[in-house]
Amino acid sequence: MANLSRAEKKAAKKDRRAGESRARKWTRRGFIGAGAVAGLAAGGALVVGVAIRPGDRTDELAKLAAADGESLLTTWVKVAQDNTVTAIIPHGEMGQGIHTALSAMLAEEMEADWEAMEVMEAPAEKDFANFELAREFLTGNMNIPNILFDTVNGTMLAAAKGMNMQITGGSTSVRFTGVGAMLTAGAAARELLIKAAAKDWDVAEAELRAEKSFIYHDISGKSAPFAAFAETAATMKPNIRPKLKKRSEYKLIGQSLPRIDIPAKVDGTAMFGIDAQVPGMKYATLMQAPVHGQSVAKLDKSDAKNMPGVIGIYNMGGYVGVVAEGYWQAKQALNMCEVTWTEDVTATVSQDSIFTQYAAALDNGKRKVMHKAGNVAKAGGASTHEAEYKVPYLAHACMEPMNATAWVRDGKCDLWAGTQNPLGTREEVAGHLGMESENLTLHTFFMGGGFGRRASNDFSIQAADLSKKSGHPVKLIWSREETTQQDQYRPSVLARLKASVDEDGMPVSWESTFVHKLDPPEASDIFYNIPNKSIGFVESPTHVRLGPWRSVDHTQHGFFTESFIDELAANAGADPYDYRRKLLAGKPRHLKVLDTAAKMADWGKPLAAGQARGIAIVESFMTIVAEVVTVDITGDAPRVTHVACAADAGLAVNPDGFKAQMESGILYGLTAALHGDISIADGSVEQSNFHDYPIMRMDESPQIDVAIISSDARIGGAGEPGTPPISPALSNALFAATGQRLRELPVAKADFGGAS
Amino acid sequence: MTKINLNGKPTTLKMDPNTPLLWAIREEAGLTGTKFGCGASLCGACTVHVNGEAVRSCTTFVADVDGADVTTIEGIKGDDGTLHAVQQAWIKHQVPQCGYCQSGQIMSAAALLKETPNPTDEQIETFMAGNICRCGMYQRIKDAIKTAARGA
Repeated sequence: MANLSRAEKKAAKKDRRAGESRARKWTRRGFIGAGAVAGLAAGGALVVGVAIRPGDRTDELAKLAAADGESLLTTWVKVAQDNTVTAIIPHGEMGQGIHTALSAMLAEEMEADWEAMEVMEAPAEKDFANFELAREFLTGNMNIPNILFDTVNGTMLAAAKGMNMQITGGSTSVRFTGVGAMLTAGAAARELLIKAAAKDWDVAEAELRAEKSFIYHDISGKSAPFAAFAETAATMKPNIRPKLKKRSEYKLIGQSLPRIDIPAKVDGTAMFGIDAQVPGMKYATLMQAPVHGQSVAKLDKSDAKNMPGVIGIYNMGGYVGVVAEGYWQAKQALNMCEVTWTEDVTATVSQDSIFTQYAAALDNGKRKVMHKAGNVAKAGGASTHEAEYKVPYLAHACMEPMNATAWVRDGKCDLWAGTQNPLGTREEVAGHLGMESENLTLHTFFMGGGFGRRASNDFSIQAADLSKKSGHPVKLIWSREETTQQDQYRPSVLARLKASVDEDGMPVSWESTFVHKLDPPEASDIFYNIPNKSIGFVESPTHVRLGPWRSVDHTQHGFFTESFIDELAANAGADPYDYRRKLLAGKPRHLKVLDTAAKMADWGKPLAAGQARGIAIVESFMTIVAEVVTVDITGDAPRVTHVACAADAGLAVNPDGFKAQMESGILYGLTAALHGDISIADGSVEQSNFHDYPIMRMDESPQIDVAIISSDARIGGAGEPGTPPISPALSNALFAATGQRLRELPVAKADFGGAS
Repeated sequence: MTKINLNGKPTTLKMDPNTPLLWAIREEAGLTGTKFGCGASLCGACTVHVNGEAVRSCTTFVADVDGADVTTIEGIKGDDGTLHAVQQAWIKHQVPQCGYCQSGQIMSAAALLKETPNPTDEQIETFMAGNICRCGMYQRIKDAIKTAARGA
């Protein structure tokens, strides 16, 4: 920051420390004008491990992420002169604790002092593209021979840049970035620092050790902080495959470290997208075509345009936007606008017509097989069982309504937003504005919930358009009603399942066909030992906008598969827990998870009249989760009193954080199972706010107990895997309590009517 | 012009008195800790204290608070900067996930404990049912309220 005045430096420092939290948000302002960074050799292989391919230059990155006096050792870590180690995290924080978990992984291998560590969200620059994520996607998680590793990484970096991968979603952060990049980068950085110290002190590397951001030479009693060697280390060639610790050697990983984003979230200082402040900023709100895909046919703004504070009312094609001095003024003016929308055949679509369309597609459509084993046609069996299941559209209902702030001027754009996909946002918004992405600066913020919704950029594009149109910096805030009705929904899905069973009622074949497939493909697969299977889908698109919802396709397939297995168990007269155990022979991880959950819930032990248990197990994002629901039907509506949850994610990096994710995933799924129902009438979404799209509240929420099982498996996801098993565990409990099989969600639609 | 006592400071609000207090707090006073969630008293994200009582600022109008003491999340720390017992308990129990609803949750919890220093589970559930946490951290919120009650 050589060109900055003292006051500016102070301001930048204060800015970085805003919120009295160590979770600093990236602020470009603090780094603009940074000159050449000392200690970084141009063209040298300054970056390590899988963080970036050998030969890539980090001096360019250093300009983006390091201030004067800081050395950027890898793309994921920098060391400042005061010996502060900063982890640069390529994922957004939306409550999943990822800034804490990933920086702990880096600190673990680097031997950095956790207490003195800082965190910075990586800027939306292509060189921070999360190519660990890309590699997993592109290679289908194959094992890559070591000899190909560098080639693959080089290719993947290019691919990741091209695909604009910097996505927070799919429970990928710890699984891919953490395991693939943070551990390696940390270890490589430690090796570099030790190498630099060995050179400086003229001793053997083997005589040195790192601990809490210091290097020690025990023989001579010498020690010095990392910072003393950072500049030299930054000129050295890193080992791209450093020696990593064994899990048994971990000191930070596996500890319930307090989350670094929490202090700012209890005193009001945490900054979410909606809190962005830009000098001269105006406020905007909008009304989008209620029927997705339609546009403004006629806008009469005569009653609205002279209302107090109104700056402009604009026909933006797909929506009407109002820019005013304040949100409330914009909203009041919007309410006075008379808007007529274009109309086509989609205006006649209803939820019933959608399911009728799906059924016709299942009857006559082209079936694409996704998963196959044996031959279902020749499977034989003593009898067959069939069932049809359906689930509704679901909204994300993030607590923070969709919003973004933009300032478009002089061929450039600044954008302030909470996003699960920073790089994609930057590319897409810049592309929309017809400018190079270099001219768009994205300032990222905490997200008030993401759950998949904030992987899209619709609101950011609208904010940019309204800024351009009005000539002001504009903060666009969607109302709750818009946030509910203009979501990108979990699809409504219709599925038909069929199984053949032998004389003992055990399945010999499994068939399922469903309408609407998003991702991931393995969601519809089954892990039970059934010799013949055929699982496929049929396309039947509608005009309703779809998007990834927490656990994506696992949520509906968890419900279908685990309810249908329960049906087979009931038909066989078997205990549903024992029945699953038989089908999981030779799968010790699944069995242990299932057994643990059953034991926690006292499976088999009699309950009071009107209470029953249900069990389900789903593997998603490499984490296996079993849940046992205890339901009470003696009241006006079924009430879940207890959830026992056992999860094997290989290793829980932050056990308390992992538990919190399970608790959260369970209530997210339980809210959907009990109440979640977005329905279509006259082509548009019927629900609008929390009165008709209810979210579970404290007085309805159950006691949840979580057991974490550690295995030697690769680290799995945490944010999503808690969600899929809860709806089938609930429906199976309701079956146990009432004998009534629930094949459609939500529960609120079914008539369980209490104890009478 | 509406005069209020905002977090202990005499403050004049120029905003139209028919504007919900939420927007005056956020846009005019610049205190963004109080959140917009639903605009209809359904979620509790905008909860503040008016004369010590928890109210939803999204449906309380500026005109309604003329002359009142208004406290937001920014104002419940002690004068010496010590966090309120509820805030401390929130950290101890690692309550927030995304954190967006937490200002409202904390303001509701603080109001509950002022009125009922040792609430039963049922009293906590009833009082806090107006605050939605989409991340589903109710178990931790309940535990934290009990911790704060014991410490108080």
